[in-house]
Amino acid sequence: MGATGHDVILKLEDVSKVYSGTVAVKRANFEVRKGAVNVLVGENGAGKSTLMKIIAGVEQPTAGRILLEGEEVSFASSGDAVNRGIGMVFQELNLFGNMSVAENIFATREITNRFRKIDRKAQERRAAEFLERLQAGIRPDMLVEDLRIGQQQLVEIAKAVSLDARILIMDEPTSALSAAEVEILFKVIADLKARGVAIVYISHRLEELIRIGDYITVLRDGRITGQEEMKNVDTQWIVRQMIGSDAKDFAKADGHVPGEEIFRAEAICLPRATGGLAVDHVSLSLRAGEILGIYGLMGAGRSELFDCIMGRHGQATGEIFIAGRHVRERDTTRRIRRGLALIPEDRQREGLVSILSVASNLTLASLSRFVRLFHIRGAAERQAVVQMVRELAIKVADPMQEVSSLSGGNQQKVVIGKALLTGPKVLLMDEPSRGIDVGAKADVFRTMRKLSRDGLGILFATSDLDEVMALSDRIAVMSNGKLTGMFDRAEATEAAIVAASALGHGPVAHTENKAHD
Amino acid sequence: MTDIPAKAAVSSASSGSVLLTLMKARTFIALIAVLVFFSIAAPNFLSTANLILMSKHVALNAFLAMGMTFVIVTGGIDLSVGSIVGLCGMVAGYLVLNGIDLQFGYTIYFNVFEIALITLAVGILIGAVNGLLITRLNVAPFIATLGVLYVARGLALLSSDGRTFPNLVGKAELGTTGFGFLGAGRLLGLPVALWILLVVALGAAYLAKYTPLGRHIFAVGGNERAARISGVRVNMVKMFVYMFSGFCAAIVGLIISSELMASHPATGESFELNAIAAAVLGGTSMSGGRGTIGGTIVGAFVIGILSDGLVMMGVSSFWQMVIKGLVIIVAVVVDQAQRRLQSRVTLMQMAKAG
Repeated sequence: MGATGHDVILKLEDVSKVYSGTVAVKRANFEVRKGAVNVLVGENGAGKSTLMKIIAGVEQPTAGRILLEGEEVSFASSGDAVNRGIGMVFQELNLFGNMSVAENIFATREITNRFRKIDRKAQERRAAEFLERLQAGIRPDMLVEDLRIGQQQLVEIAKAVSLDARILIMDEPTSALSAAEVEILFKVIADLKARGVAIVYISHRLEELIRIGDYITVLRDGRITGQEEMKNVDTQWIVRQMIGSDAKDFAKADGHVPGEEIFRAEAICLPRATGGLAVDHVSLSLRAGEILGIYGLMGAGRSELFDCIMGRHGQATGEIFIAGRHVRERDTTRRIRRGLALIPEDRQREGLVSILSVASNLTLASLSRFVRLFHIRGAAERQAVVQMVRELAIKVADPMQEVSSLSGGNQQKVVIGKALLTGPKVLLMDEPSRGIDVGAKADVFRTMRKLSRDGLGILFATSDLDEVMALSDRIAVMSNGKLTGMFDRAEATEAAIVAASALGHGPVAHTENKAHD
Repeated sequence: MTDIPAKAAVSSASSGSVLLTLMKARTFIALIAVLVFFSIAAPNFLSTANLILMSKHVALNAFLAMGMTFVIVTGGIDLSVGSIVGLCGMVAGYLVLNGIDLQFGYTIYFNVFEIALITLAVGILIGAVNGLLITRLNVAPFIATLGVLYVARGLALLSSDGRTFPNLVGKAELGTTGFGFLGAGRLLGLPVALWILLVVALGAAYLAKYTPLGRHIFAVGGNERAARISGVRVNMVKMFVYMFSGFCAAIVGLIISSELMASHPATGESFELNAIAAAVLGGTSMSGGRGTIGGTIVGAFVIGILSDGLVMMGVSSFWQMVIKGLVIIVAVVVDQAQRRLQSRVTLMQMAKAG
């Protein structure tokens, strides 16, 4: 692998993992180097997470050897791995919502005093140090369930950093972070690197990988298809290794002209529980066939704005209009009937009923379409399901399968299909590409293009700058609950958008706020 | 090295699916097992008279268990059904005996059909109270229905000062005769109560499978937030399941009063526990989202036959309780094992499919 100054600290030799019939990892050879960021990429289901769970001791390999500093080891549990200096930030958040941040960080390693009583003060002090480094504005005594997902992810990272591990595995640590938070995380990673920590970094965001990675390993279908030093590779190379051919990331605009105004929001406001406004007098208008991207950092109020539009908050104020007609209905059910549909940010918690089948999930929001009197016409429902599965290219053997058995990308397509079956005029998409692989992302973007061509108005929220630049006809920027910028695609620059995304916190806006109170 | 586990996986896959089928049919197998066991162990068990008697016992629990199934599927619980049984029995008894006094010298007497309707309405109303407490005032279902359990029982006792309304034959000149039909009447050789059970069970099973409301019940239990965002009227769904549970309890109250031709205010004590047991035995998941009406009915039969059979064998009621408890625990343990096996078999099928 060329001459480098980084020693190999951990080595996997011919490691395979078989889950009752499925082979998740096939004869993988993988090296982790000290003081470097070892990047691992691959589509969903390629076996990245499994490979990392093997290193972290969560799963045991079916075959092969693990060498830690040249010595063969086997971890019976994640506790074993932690004792040998291996820490992991899991993709699914492994936090106790009912406990404080400090309690989560020190779970199973509680700091106790002489009488075996937990020393809460000491824990919170230590936790504060780690949180300080992440500049997240999280107090150690806050309950985890009161934090937003992005903040929870930072707590997870703080927990892993606090392990003082020699090898730190991060499985998609940035999937819920804003651009600013990603920067902070990268600083922390650089700091860890300087101290000789070996970092294994998994992500779907290629530009991120290229920026911070030192070594890259690509997985496809459980097999390692490429291993290189990062300075020798580019995006095209990575994508080729991942999916076997060059892929265009974003569907191109087709140049159709947006039509009449289809949706307008006027002075949407949502009070925050802690005082102030989570959504602060936001007004915007959307035309049929237009894609309006809403860019903003975490906590900018994008999701909250969507929630207000869908009628999920009783205390929200402001008016909305669809195709010029005032929408007086204030509840979600009737707003869906008026032609609004939301694809929520958190698939598992808000998008899907995981124990129901793919088919039942798809038709959940549109059952009334298939009903005669009170009877669901099975044939009509099945036909709609089959059509949607084909249209969105959902990979599923049998639509009666439980939706939880699908991969993340396909689950997201099910959520989108559910919204489309309601026959919406306006589609609200909250981070539609979060946590899904490149192939599925491209499908989702293609679908958005196609829908806009068919005359739907699409509002989509994202914290990914490339995405908002590539997909939007117009770009709105939110910051601290306010709409701080509105750009036409032609005149938008990344610099202007980023600048606008910080405006809401500026001194001018602040005094305005005071005046309101 | 790779060949051996692959072969093992294939053979364990087929044995896995056989075992899975057995586990899925476990309640049914248990039903056959208790039937076979008692027909050998208890004399007269298989006599027609006994079978009809038993199924009448079972029917009472089955009504409550059906209502309970929907409630549990939405992720709730209804502890008040036993008390609703008692209160509804008292309402029916009171109306048969006393009618409604209109204060200015007149008293309205209803015929039996009207009395039945009013009683059912009372049951539905109490269910609506449960539903309102849970949806509007955000009281946890366990607490809300526990409160209503006490209130309804208290009202039942107050209605007669704790006494029984005896001898509900009614008076021919007031048109209140014929109350005994529900509990003691027969149609085509089978008790009326069984026919009602059949109708309600078919209706409930249809509702669960082929109507939007049924689908919504499962969606609410599976993921309430997702259901709400999908436009499901979660509060209405919850109101419905508690009202349906109240309706089922009212039917039971009517049948018991009619059978005994008397209303006793303590009727139905601890019925809610039997109903929960039958639902759970029939595969309803206490965490919501899973359950079937068919399974619950079979579950009710297992529990009912078990207790009646043990009585016929002369087993002490203390031992009966121990046995019933063990059966419930075993049922849930097998249920968990089935889920684990199910996910493994699904995985294997997916692997085979590629």
